Amino acid sequence: MKKLFRTDWASRILDGLLPVFAALAALLVGAVMLWLLKADPIQAYQALWAGAFGSSNAIAETLVKATPLLLVALGICIAFRGDVINIGGEGQMIIGGLFATWVGLTLTDWPGWVVITLAMLAGFVGGAIWGGIPGLLKAYFNVNEILSTVMMNSIAVYFMNFMLRGPMIDPSQAELASKIPQTARLLDAFRLPRLAPTRLHLGILIAVALAFVVYIVLWRTTLGFRIRAVGQNPHASRYGGIKVKRYVVLALLLSGAFAGLAGATQVFGVNYRMISDGSASGFTGAAGFNGIVAALFGQLHPLLSIPASILFGGLLVGANSMQRVVQVPAALITVLNGLVVVFVVSSEIWRRRRQRRRLAAATDTEAPPGASNKRLDATEAGA
Amino acid sequence: MIGDLFSVTVLVGILASGIRLATPYLYAAIGETFGQRSGVLNLGVEGQMLMGAFAAFYVALATGNLWLGVLAALLVGALMGLAMAFVTVHLHAQQGISGIGFYLFGLGLSDLLFQKLLGTVETVNGFPKVHIPVLSDIPGIGEIFFSQNVLVYLAFALVPIAWFVLNKTTLGLKIRAVGENPDAADSLGISVVRVRYFTIILGGTLAGMAGASMSIALLNVFQQNMTSGLGFIAVALVYFGAWSPWGVMAGALLFSMVNSLQLWIQVLGIPIPSDIAVMMPYVLTILVLVVTVKRVRAPSALTRPFERES
Repeated sequence: MKKLFRTDWASRILDGLLPVFAALAALLVGAVMLWLLKADPIQAYQALWAGAFGSSNAIAETLVKATPLLLVALGICIAFRGDVINIGGEGQMIIGGLFATWVGLTLTDWPGWVVITLAMLAGFVGGAIWGGIPGLLKAYFNVNEILSTVMMNSIAVYFMNFMLRGPMIDPSQAELASKIPQTARLLDAFRLPRLAPTRLHLGILIAVALAFVVYIVLWRTTLGFRIRAVGQNPHASRYGGIKVKRYVVLALLLSGAFAGLAGATQVFGVNYRMISDGSASGFTGAAGFNGIVAALFGQLHPLLSIPASILFGGLLVGANSMQRVVQVPAALITVLNGLVVVFVVSSEIWRRRRQRRRLAAATDTEAPPGASNKRLDATEAGA
Repeated sequence: MIGDLFSVTVLVGILASGIRLATPYLYAAIGETFGQRSGVLNLGVEGQMLMGAFAAFYVALATGNLWLGVLAALLVGALMGLAMAFVTVHLHAQQGISGIGFYLFGLGLSDLLFQKLLGTVETVNGFPKVHIPVLSDIPGIGEIFFSQNVLVYLAFALVPIAWFVLNKTTLGLKIRAVGENPDAADSLGISVVRVRYFTIILGGTLAGMAGASMSIALLNVFQQNMTSGLGFIAVALVYFGAWSPWGVMAGALLFSMVNSLQLWIQVLGIPIPSDIAVMMPYVLTILVLVVTVKRVRAPSALTRPFERES
């Protein structure tokens, strides 16, 4: 049993690099696709990189895009660590955005910083409600959270369209025939402060600070310990006296709350109003899905999610320059994101195999068949 | 103006387009039923549908042959199913998340190819209505059930076929065994891997068909993200329908009828907030899941990768 505590550094490092290999593999497939589309892959990737990180303005845009990705990713870290799958980021962002916008449009007599604070809180609460409902449904009615979060996405989109075309519509649009679904503009005093003479706003600092908070909560508090314990082994947790259902709800609720905050930052930091084209991504920019990609790439670790979100924010921004230079549509980035997800979850098998080998090496006798296997399979969504 | 809704012509119109709009849900959800009965949740349906929709549209536009378009959609769907099967069956990847990966892949690639190969929104002459002799002359009923395009008939024919295959054939028994207890199935000599490959590829093929039914039979255009969440609903319909093809059909009709109603409300210019109406099937689906989940049991091995104990 002594060997159990020996750290196998080589394989640990390999484990840590798996997402990087996955991303490289995705870029390689992307290069083949570029070549098939008769574009020079090297030129394309150079344009992508320059567009994302080539100038201070590019970096600012990248960070603006990274903000919602990071916030959603933090929520995903919490949910997946608790072994619940939250695919409802889009809907949670929308409801968070609506709540925050409502605060901004209602409390017009209040000082700016108070309204901004309340609006961010409102976004957090809105997302928490939208994530909490699937949490309650899973914990107390055994409804699969993948399905309920997907359904809640659609409900949120229709609710948003109803609100933006009806009760919350921009009064100037209400008189026009076009009726663009958007709210009135927020007061200038309610905008999230800019950090530089670019579009970069305070949201990125909030997100990075929260990444540290989430890290501390997950690994240094009882709450975080229990969420992770339930995620790793609900049966053992129950025997250990943890109220499993409560932590399933909490994991989804907190996960939604961060996505809701992401929605609020989009309204108060980027558009200064809630606006959409009638689809979810018209408001979210698909951050509810891309945040999952960033979190997986960051190994479901809040701090690693920071560089991961910046990287994927950069891809989204750089895609436009790539489109200009080599005439390959920016949609290529969505393809690459999808490949990264597939490759990362596929590469988990090697990590599990090494983990199993470590376990086998650590115990003198072979681990009882099934016992260790089942445990490792159960954590697939998480760790 | 609400009274307009209740004229016979409008009601027949609503029901007829409701039947028609059920087509993509049916193909996609029946395919998903096979996958889930064998224990695999394919959340990439939406991406497979988008790829199928584009392939069908592009080939139909290029060759002028709609059936070649259908064939292309089936092939593309099957290929994506094969990839999904490899990742989930061989590499034991987490099914829900890899499905999201395939969704993003299909969403991006169909958009990319559309912009690169077509550039602008074009239309094709999709499958024409096939009036079934005699039956289509019945007033009302004829227009609703017997004056649809051929892909609609095929979709509804698929329901009893799927039910028969799943419940009355050896293949169906194998699929269900693998979904309920893969270890036992394995010990009886059923290849879990082969059965799951088969069902996932079949699911992908039918998802491709669902896409084709949208781009060359229902709407006759291709646009980026034209399925707008329909594939995800198809996955939910399988739960809604309690893993039975007939239940899936009921769910598909619920969604399509409400959609059809909402379209007619817009056409007639009735001032009802249609967004709220369209929201209802989703709310109802969640409620149905709450009520039935205790009564109906999902396939036991759903979402669990199979690994032979050594």
